[in-house]
Amino acid sequence: MNSIAPELIWAIWLLPLAAFAVIIPLVRPFPGKAEPASYFSIGAVGSSFILSCWLLISVWGAEGRQILVNGPTWLNIAGGPLFNFNLLLDPLSAVMLLVVTAVSFMVQIYSRAYMHSDPSYRRYFAYISLFTASMLGLIMSANLLFTFMFWELVGLSSYLLIGFWFHRPSAIAAAKKAFLITRIGDVGFLAALLLLYSNAGTLDILTLNSSAVTAVLSGSVLTLAALGLFLGAVGKSGQFPLHTWLPDAMEGPTPVSALIHAATMVAAGVFLVGRMFPLFEAAPYALTVVGIVGALTAVFAGTIGLVMKDIKRVLAYSTISQLGLMFLGLSVGGVWVGVFFLFNHAFFKALLFLGAGSINHATGTFDMREMGGLRRRMPWTCVCFTIAALSLAGIWPLAGFFSKEEVLAAALAQQPVLFAFAILTTFLTAFYIFRVVFMVFAGEYRGSQRLHESPKTMLIPMIILAIPAIASGWLNANGGFEGLFEGHVTHSFWEGIFGLLTHPLAWISLGAAGLGILIAYVMYIKVWIKPDRIKGELHPVYAIITHKYWMDDLYENLIAKSLLYRGVFRAAQWIDRVVIDGAANALTSITKVFANRASHSQNGALQLYAFVGITGALIIALVVLLI
Amino acid sequence: MNLDMLRPEICLAVTAVAVIAVDLFCRIKWLVNITSVAGLLASICMALLLIGNSEQSIGNGLFILDNYAIYFKLLFLGIALLVILASTDYVKRLPKLHGEFHALLLTATLGAMLTAAAHDIIAMLLSIELTAISLYALVAMLKNTKSNESAVKYILLGAVNSAVLLFGLALIFGFSGSTSFTTIAAAVSTIQVGNIADHAGLLFGLVLTLAGFAFKIAAVPFHMWAPDVYEGAPTPITLFLSTVSKIAGLSILMRFMLTAFIQTDSLINNLGIILAIVSALTMTAGNLIAITQHNIKRLLAYSSIAQSGYMLIVVAVAAIGLHSAASISNLLYYLVAFAIAEVAVFSVIIIASRNADMDDISDYAGLAKRSPLLACAMTLGLLSLMGLPPLAGFMGKFFVFSQAAQNGLLWLVLIAVVNSVISAYYYLKIVRTIWMDAPASADAVKTSLAPKLALLISCTGILLLGILPALLNKAAEWGSFLALWN
Repeated sequence: MNSIAPELIWAIWLLPLAAFAVIIPLVRPFPGKAEPASYFSIGAVGSSFILSCWLLISVWGAEGRQILVNGPTWLNIAGGPLFNFNLLLDPLSAVMLLVVTAVSFMVQIYSRAYMHSDPSYRRYFAYISLFTASMLGLIMSANLLFTFMFWELVGLSSYLLIGFWFHRPSAIAAAKKAFLITRIGDVGFLAALLLLYSNAGTLDILTLNSSAVTAVLSGSVLTLAALGLFLGAVGKSGQFPLHTWLPDAMEGPTPVSALIHAATMVAAGVFLVGRMFPLFEAAPYALTVVGIVGALTAVFAGTIGLVMKDIKRVLAYSTISQLGLMFLGLSVGGVWVGVFFLFNHAFFKALLFLGAGSINHATGTFDMREMGGLRRRMPWTCVCFTIAALSLAGIWPLAGFFSKEEVLAAALAQQPVLFAFAILTTFLTAFYIFRVVFMVFAGEYRGSQRLHESPKTMLIPMIILAIPAIASGWLNANGGFEGLFEGHVTHSFWEGIFGLLTHPLAWISLGAAGLGILIAYVMYIKVWIKPDRIKGELHPVYAIITHKYWMDDLYENLIAKSLLYRGVFRAAQWIDRVVIDGAANALTSITKVFANRASHSQNGALQLYAFVGITGALIIALVVLLI
Repeated sequence: MNLDMLRPEICLAVTAVAVIAVDLFCRIKWLVNITSVAGLLASICMALLLIGNSEQSIGNGLFILDNYAIYFKLLFLGIALLVILASTDYVKRLPKLHGEFHALLLTATLGAMLTAAAHDIIAMLLSIELTAISLYALVAMLKNTKSNESAVKYILLGAVNSAVLLFGLALIFGFSGSTSFTTIAAAVSTIQVGNIADHAGLLFGLVLTLAGFAFKIAAVPFHMWAPDVYEGAPTPITLFLSTVSKIAGLSILMRFMLTAFIQTDSLINNLGIILAIVSALTMTAGNLIAITQHNIKRLLAYSSIAQSGYMLIVVAVAAIGLHSAASISNLLYYLVAFAIAEVAVFSVIIIASRNADMDDISDYAGLAKRSPLLACAMTLGLLSLMGLPPLAGFMGKFFVFSQAAQNGLLWLVLIAVVNSVISAYYYLKIVRTIWMDAPASADAVKTSLAPKLALLISCTGILLLGILPALLNKAAEWGSFLALWN
């Protein structure tokens, strides 16, 4: 097969952008049929998907597994640097492109039915195209400056989509929260950019990475820059302590949660660390921080997932927890381990969210206490959701198992404490997701809606996504995924699938997951142990967890209201009013006095004008002649 | 005589005559507009075809053809085109002067083009006068008291200025014995810091000449004519004065200075300091006085004076930083950014005043409700003039200020930044009036197609150059090659 042409590589992100440009002007003034808007959007992302597949094959065959496409110059400071908008395609970006386009494609098809009766149908597809285009741009950019711009653009589209139903106060609040909290991370990203730029004189990713390897950049500068980049990743990927926005982001339409807040945008943080990995490797301290934050977040969010009543919130905390495992994987196992996890997670987590959307379509709620017994009325949804749940729990031979094994193995080899965190997460994950499965699908229906299976337009994308949820992990069975990054293929396919089972580690993780499922079964199906009893027995712990470790209260009441609002802002306000405004007022009055004087000098008398001009010329001449 | 290198100018001159003929013999008034637009487009094509020609002098050294000249020619033609497009409705207020309006606008543009290419003091003076005399008539065209007053003031002060300029040029000719820039440069090169007194006459002539140019760009202390004239002139002419006429002055100032003083580093350094001071005074005076204005055209006149101050930064840098090409290319960028923003803002005023003058800022209250398009265009234009990212004006200021800071003019940059803050006040005052205040009447402001086109082009330009500055970077770098350097 021929290698893909550069124009077509550009088309991968320009097509969704074009779809956005076509749809956005139609948002308001044309009542008529809304349907066609989605054709543009879906057609664009579908084409991008096909091109991404081709691109992946081309990258595989390219020299050095890397394609660099030169783009236009964006900014040219005379005598200074050039900022060229080039594209960098390597296994990392090619895999990410595939994930984003595939999930976006499926989600958009699903959305046609899910958003069917929404009056803002066109706006929805415009935003989602904008998101896809910005996400693809983020992935492909070869310069951190453009990565940052697209980073902000995905933040913007995320904001727009979380607040999509802007008539709900909760949606507005959630959108604002997401925007503000990710902003804290973005400051870190920006600081890292400034630091790198002032020390290396460039923001070109390849140059930066190689200068980290050759120790042109080193020491505290490098560590600080890496930590700054990681702070950006922490914000975007909802890691502790900047995770609080992600559960609230579930206020957006569910397909959006599937695409942005589960599969793609939140993985941008993982991608960024993977992108700058040589820099992190050269700063071991920063890389350790990545691992510790990841491991802590994984357990921390997993525990909160245990007690949530809202199905989407469980999934949201699950996402945070799994993203933590990805960072852990990056830290202990290198780029491919983290990205392999990301790759598998994207499909099954998107499927879980689409399943939740399908359930919501039938029951009209996300509260699991009003569900139950859905397996009979919604068999397809049940099957798909359960497959994804098994994959998430890491049950052999589904996709999730393989990537989790790699993280566990790498963690065990490096640091037993991190491994313990990872195993604990495995247990928690299996428990909370099967708690969901059992509460939703088993037993009797507790709600009052007339249940029905979702339309085909929603089921088909789910069934298609079920395939990678089962099988995407097999891509590495013969070491192929690892080989894409590391350049060598190790063993045969069947050996990869079954050979893992001969290893005791696999049985430890399967045991942990099995235990989680078993306890969920005991508690929610057999009800041998009543959940309420545990609540009573473990009241203090339960209280801590249901209050999400009081993180929201910490931010809102303590930091925002008490410390910032009553403390810092009051003080700032006083300084602003008395000192700054005082100075400014004094200045403006002086300015006004001068302005009045000066404008009165312009009295319309020609003699004066000529006099001032000629006198001025004579004075200048005098000065020139006398110096 | 290789006159074929003057094809754009010849084409424009022919068009001007054709416009008068059409106006005389044809009853369909819009044919006049069509003819002038067609002539401008043809001239633009011819100017584009000149790109790639080697540098050469035209008419035995009277004019010169270099990248710098072609860049300015294209700029003037483009602005003139936008002015004519924007004023298609406005000219209906001048029923009997339809043809004259267009013809004189074309000759004024012709003068500006020749000014940018002049390489000889006689050719230069004639070109400048061609623009000026066309504009004297244009300013008077409304035939009301205000317009007449403006025209008289403009003619009188223009005459004084011409006298100063001529006196300066006469001294230069007398002491150097030549009218050619090249020979003058050779004469100037004999001046050293130690022997200034020996060459007092020549130096006095040079200063007077520069003062003459400074009048054209309304630099302090030669700026006082501008507000009075801008206010009374028909608005399209105000736009033309503030863009083409001013930029022509700046183009010849830059060329004359760099050509004549090329071999006298110490002298040009001193001159650079004086220019920097003039620049600081100009921007400060412009911005300060603009604050108190209520008439929008008068306010923009002061704003335009302040903008001249920013442009003079580049001229000062070029003098001090030993005529580096980068500084000229920054100026060329800034001029385009400035011109399209002025076109956007003034086009709105032109469109709004199609029936009667809308000169008071309060007339624009609630414009956003009456015409969102006009309100958006005006806001974009004002914000670009103010220098807000991501608009063209921001990139322009960014390039100019950073270049100045690198060449040791940090104090000037600081003054310029403070000035930008002051300017925000009056620019935003208009923006607030447009968007926040209640409209005086609910009638929509009518716009026909051609002015909309002018708005569209200028607004696209403002956004595009702000977001993708590299688009113009290359052209500006190309345009910064003056003939003398080879």
